[in-house]
Amino acid sequence: MSEVTPRAGDPVITPALVAEHGLTKGEYERLVAMLGRTPTFTELGVVSALWSEHCSYKHSRGVLKTLPTTAPYVLQGPGENAGVISIGDGLAVAFKIESHNHPSAVEPYQGAATGVGGILRDVFTMGARPIAMLNSLRFGSLDDSRVRYLFSGVVKGIGDYGNCVGIPTVAGEIVFDRAYESNPLVNAMCVGLMHEDDLIRAKAEGVGNPIMAVGARTGRDGIHGASFASEDLSEASDAKRPRIQVGDPFTEKLLLEASLELIKSGHIVAIQDMGAAGLTSSSAEMAERGDVGVTIDTTKVPTRESGMTPYEILLSESQERMLVVARKGHEDDVSAILTKWDLTAAVIGEVIAEPVYRVTEGSKVVAEFPGSRLVTDCPSYSPEARESTAIIERRNTAPDAVARLPEEANHSWTLDKLLSAPTIASKAWAYRQYDSTVRTNTVVGPGGDAAVLRIRGTNKAIAVKTDGNGRYVYLDPRVGGRIAVAEAARNVACTGARPMAITNCLNFGNPTRPEVFFQFKEAVAGMGEACRALGTPVTGGNVSLYNESPSGAVYPTPVIGMVGLIDDISRVTRSTFRDDGDAILLLGEMGGELGGSEYLSTIHGKVIGPPPACDPAREKIVIDALLEAIGSGVVSSAHDCSDGGLAVALAECCIANQEHESGAEIDLSSYSGVADRAILFGETQGRIVISSSAPARVLAIAAKAGVACSEIGRVRRSSDVLSIALPNGSLRSSLADLRRAYHSTIPTYMSMTVEHTTFDELSPVAAH
Amino acid sequence: MKFGIVTFPASNCDYDAYHAVTEILGEEAVYLWHKDHDLQGSDVIILPGGFSYGDYLRVGAIARFSPIMQEVTAHAKAGGPVLGICNGFQIACEAGLLPGALMRNSHLQFVSADVRIRVENADTLFTNRYDRGEVLKIPVAHGDGRFVAPDEVLDRIEGEGQVIFRYADADGNISADANPNGSERNIAGIINDAGNVLGMMPHPERACSLLLGSNDGVRLLESILSRVAA
Repeated sequence: MSEVTPRAGDPVITPALVAEHGLTKGEYERLVAMLGRTPTFTELGVVSALWSEHCSYKHSRGVLKTLPTTAPYVLQGPGENAGVISIGDGLAVAFKIESHNHPSAVEPYQGAATGVGGILRDVFTMGARPIAMLNSLRFGSLDDSRVRYLFSGVVKGIGDYGNCVGIPTVAGEIVFDRAYESNPLVNAMCVGLMHEDDLIRAKAEGVGNPIMAVGARTGRDGIHGASFASEDLSEASDAKRPRIQVGDPFTEKLLLEASLELIKSGHIVAIQDMGAAGLTSSSAEMAERGDVGVTIDTTKVPTRESGMTPYEILLSESQERMLVVARKGHEDDVSAILTKWDLTAAVIGEVIAEPVYRVTEGSKVVAEFPGSRLVTDCPSYSPEARESTAIIERRNTAPDAVARLPEEANHSWTLDKLLSAPTIASKAWAYRQYDSTVRTNTVVGPGGDAAVLRIRGTNKAIAVKTDGNGRYVYLDPRVGGRIAVAEAARNVACTGARPMAITNCLNFGNPTRPEVFFQFKEAVAGMGEACRALGTPVTGGNVSLYNESPSGAVYPTPVIGMVGLIDDISRVTRSTFRDDGDAILLLGEMGGELGGSEYLSTIHGKVIGPPPACDPAREKIVIDALLEAIGSGVVSSAHDCSDGGLAVALAECCIANQEHESGAEIDLSSYSGVADRAILFGETQGRIVISSSAPARVLAIAAKAGVACSEIGRVRRSSDVLSIALPNGSLRSSLADLRRAYHSTIPTYMSMTVEHTTFDELSPVAAH
Repeated sequence: MKFGIVTFPASNCDYDAYHAVTEILGEEAVYLWHKDHDLQGSDVIILPGGFSYGDYLRVGAIARFSPIMQEVTAHAKAGGPVLGICNGFQIACEAGLLPGALMRNSHLQFVSADVRIRVENADTLFTNRYDRGEVLKIPVAHGDGRFVAPDEVLDRIEGEGQVIFRYADADGNISADANPNGSERNIAGIINDAGNVLGMMPHPERACSLLLGSNDGVRLLESILSRVAA
């Protein structure tokens, strides 16, 4: 070990400075014990970043360990930049989802753009070429002008970044609910394709190998971004705007091409994105994975401005940078590739045998930690978990007791309201701003149950989707966790894909609050149950805690990113009705559960009742039956029943594809045991609306599997009406009305003024 | 026939053009690096879509000064075929190979959608396999696709049959609703007066497979093949 003394000009370590760095007293004592002395300012900065929730998962690690992570086709599980699964033919898919919630709350355009940039880098550092982007977004009510500002900024940020790099944005989901009013959720997922042989891991190896910084130069932006992401949002958050990084998609595109060329070249042994906590976390994590020491000289790091201190260089989160471990003697080859793409590469350190993590400024040591303890010594917490009694009370409130509004006598009024609820309405306003067809692989683009991408050179395709329902998880985290996985699986299965594996993004509140940690634990447990039953292991993901603002915590919102595989591309199935005269079938139970539904929330403003039951084993059987039917070639369309229930699903089948609308004639009058409104708007799980020219085949497949299935109506291409007969009444809506409700809602909102207000100007919003 | 596809640093449709030429058309294609001065004996040059040099300044404004563009311009002046798609159309205008300019979309948003375009002139190097008045389904994806030019230029290129494609509805009607970016006179694609340089905002290379929604772009490539090979 070297002698480490304070650097001239750096602040003196005081309890106040320690607190400012977000370390608890216990964590600081741990640091002092590890070093055997008082840390330097640089060391304090390094530890505050690496031990931040964002980098260390200190509250979530223990719980995450309970998730299933293996399957024969999983090539890389959690712990790397991205998960990787084999899809046969020597090909593999790398994928990962990540949050950029806090930056987006303060600076939506850059926050979302850099979220896209970060997740792209996570995928191409595995050696995969990105082929698709997805995103899951949550905002408050569009009635609020700041929410419209956030929404439009986030959408533009996602679009401008992905469009420039040339990766199609193909799917996702957007939910609007007051629970996300001042803490929006911005989760971005990237999917990449690679040859299995090109898989590379971020593991430093080979004593004497040089460590190189490549890509953009390091500036003063984004310092302490990781710590910022690890605290509640508050009135003070706006003042932390400088912690937010600024994205440059042009440089990203160059870095993408240069990195893939580097990986192919064989001149490097490891590569990692300098993401959260920048150089600090990338170098420490690569060293820890390789079980080697590293030394880095901050004076060698190419910077944007002079006079940057080691502290600033280590903690900068300037975008579009990579850390590379090159093969000794191949430094010039690495530089040549970067120069071709007009980027810089500089040797900034080396892999050493001595088990230390050492940072120097020239010859002076400014930080030094023993072995990999910098990463492994991070504390792990298992705080108290206790369910909120207020939520128990909500769950135990029976939905049936909610009195019908007078207008509900006309069911088409209710359907109109639901279709024009921003959460359900068409999101074309957003996805028209995303290039969804570049790279010419998009078979099914945005707006379907899941996106489908062909795999060139094979007869295969993959289906991808992100999904989550925070309201369900809020009311019952265990059940909500199951549903998140099951719904994502159903969505990819509706295209004809077998669900393969997931990545997850877990957006929760402050884990030190017992009711929040309860939600986290239970939701992860529910997800684990569903993943095991469905055979879809978790290959990685991201945890975003402290999603709280002065108005309270967001709904606990686990978002699932699912990848499915289609073996025969000719079987790709779409969600909307296709052929006149086809029979319409409901695969699954009628159920009629209204708890936690969009109906109760939108029509009655109530978030009550138990969310619909979810039995993962049953979900698996339903999905298998659906896939068998699709594989037999007898399914014209398949659409998952979700938000808004059967009536909304049927309406979407009629009008979601504006170039191919259909009417439908439905008879549900035999379900006399269920109230009309529950038949129409209940959100019972495990249900698919299928259209088929061979209903007997579908019924036989379902009967063999032991899944309920009924023929409920006919597709009428020439009709301009959706009609539904019910036990005690009927619904009759013109396609023109459905179309207007579904397609015009969000454009109408977004033609209203959008103004930028800061947190300081927000009036307190009543907690939901 | 050999197609040369220019790769600027942030071209991102070069790959799609390459596949359309090699897989759909079955012809030879090479990538031409922007720093080079060599067209590698290409018969036809494609300036593909993307963001050339980031396009933070003005779309295509830097690309026109790149080394390869000197050769592309010389090729065009000598009568060699050049197809500029999206960003390639913008670059061709900046380089003076085509009249007019592409400005920010009138609604100020990026637009990604399948649009319909009507073939206005089917007697060109690039459109001889279409019928005049035929409506094609082809995707657009751009933020700066609003074609503008002085009125006298618009009158002239219309009069000379240089307007090749216009945004239309599915029935071929030219209307404001069918115009995705506010282009003057719904212009989606134009040709130079010599008839060897076509610029268009829609992406024919993305409309080469029914699996992906349309194969209306294939005949554009076939048109070039039939005329140049002949």
